[in-house]
Amino acid sequence: MIREFSSADILFIVSAVRWTLILSAIAFLGGAMGGLLIALSRTSHSKALRRMAAGFIQIFQGTPLLMQLFLVYFGLAVVGLPINPLLAAAVALTLHASAYLGEIWRGAIEAVPSGQTEAATALSLSYPDRMRHVILPQAMRVATAPTVGFLVQLIKGTSLASIIGFTELTRAGQIINNATFKPFLVFGTVAILYFILCWPLSLLARHMEARMRRAITR
Amino acid sequence: MTEHAIIMRAVNKFYGDFHALVDIDLTVERGERIVICGPSGSGKSTLIRTINQLEPIQSGTITVDGVELTAGGDNVAKVRQDVGMVFQSFNLFPHMTVLENCMLAPMKTRKTPRAEAEETARRYLERVKIPEQAGKYPAQLSGGQQQRVAIARALCMKPRIMLFDEPTSALDPEMVKEVLDTMIDLAREGMTMLCVTHEMEFARAVADRVIFMDKGLIVEENAPEAFFGSPKNERLQNFLGQIA
Ligand SMILES: Nc1ncnc2c1ncn2[C@@H]1O[C@H](COP(=O)(O)OP(=O)(O)O)[C@@H](O)[C@H]1O
Ligand SMILES: [Mg+2]
Repeated sequence: MIREFSSADILFIVSAVRWTLILSAIAFLGGAMGGLLIALSRTSHSKALRRMAAGFIQIFQGTPLLMQLFLVYFGLAVVGLPINPLLAAAVALTLHASAYLGEIWRGAIEAVPSGQTEAATALSLSYPDRMRHVILPQAMRVATAPTVGFLVQLIKGTSLASIIGFTELTRAGQIINNATFKPFLVFGTVAILYFILCWPLSLLARHMEARMRRAITR
Repeated sequence: MTEHAIIMRAVNKFYGDFHALVDIDLTVERGERIVICGPSGSGKSTLIRTINQLEPIQSGTITVDGVELTAGGDNVAKVRQDVGMVFQSFNLFPHMTVLENCMLAPMKTRKTPRAEAEETARRYLERVKIPEQAGKYPAQLSGGQQQRVAIARALCMKPRIMLFDEPTSALDPEMVKEVLDTMIDLAREGMTMLCVTHEMEFARAVADRVIFMDKGLIVEENAPEAFFGSPKNERLQNFLGQIA
């Protein structure tokens, strides 16, 4: 029952790109919120918060993303939710992104000289005002390049969601390959599509990193 | 209105096991100008940083403008609004213009309307003699200009007490004077000031009292004339010999 690789197949693969993008966007936005909480916890005065955030990071950086996907996917059923590949992939990737972005942003916050916090504190600025107006804007300059770099990793990481049956780009390729058995053609197409998504972002990250280095050595 | 600006009673401060401030007793009157000197590591910075609780203390009491710092509640925030601080390394916010640096705290903590905050900021920038730099970023200014902005930024909160931690130590020699002149102006206007500095000319010109610290202790304190003219403590004599 093997058929030819047609333009309809290419269209099917290309249109699956939108699920890769949607999943990446959900995980990135969710991860940005989670990551900010993690980064603020890691740099807070509360020992309990620092410990909890550190534990969270260790768990999610110390286990394969695929295991996290499996655990969330099957965990949904355990807590009585319907098995839903998109939901499972979104939750797992959000937790994963929270851990990594949290760690990147913790480093960026700690890179802001302590004199900045001291001056803001001496001016009686509250913790939220200090973070919002003084520390985070400076941390952001340090963090943007590695954050975009991580976004590239995240987009590629969404391919693992194919294994729990979510039809994003990689799984669309598998489906077409099963029907046409043209693995090089099919997965070559898939790889090129990932490349088109990730390459400009990689360039952007490198560009921002170079600009940062220039700003620092100035 | 209480009569004393600052009262420190039996204040002890530890960094881990290290005893950084030992039984400090110090009373500062309103309008009084105090210069604190002493060898590096003697606890000068630590002392003035306890006054706005950048450093918490382990025992004793500190009362600022009648408000007891260690009593909890909103006291620390209240005291910080009334106490301005100027650092050795300026610590201006590099991502904000000079004007924005001066407007941030009044707008956020005193809820001053933007127009009024800007007017105040421009007035104080005028007073520290750099009104034309308002739109620039700190990195575009010289060290002396940055430190004067830092002074203006602190003054915009309308503090009743100003703390200075070696404000001229990071400056090239030719810029020291412009900062000291600004501080002298401030002293003449009656501001209560505590200055950690080794600028003895400044101490002679404006200080009501000079304090010598060593190993976390206040070893000697006196009016400038007696302090420099007839120091009693041997370590102070050595110290004055070194910096003369
Ligand atoms: N955050 C800190 N942790 C540990 N030790 C500190 C800390 N800050 C200051 N110290 C120590 O406390 C002593 C007094 O420091 P400091 O008040 O900065 O001295 P000074 O301003 O007179 O040079 C020094 O021995 C210093 O090493
Ligand atoms: Mg010091």
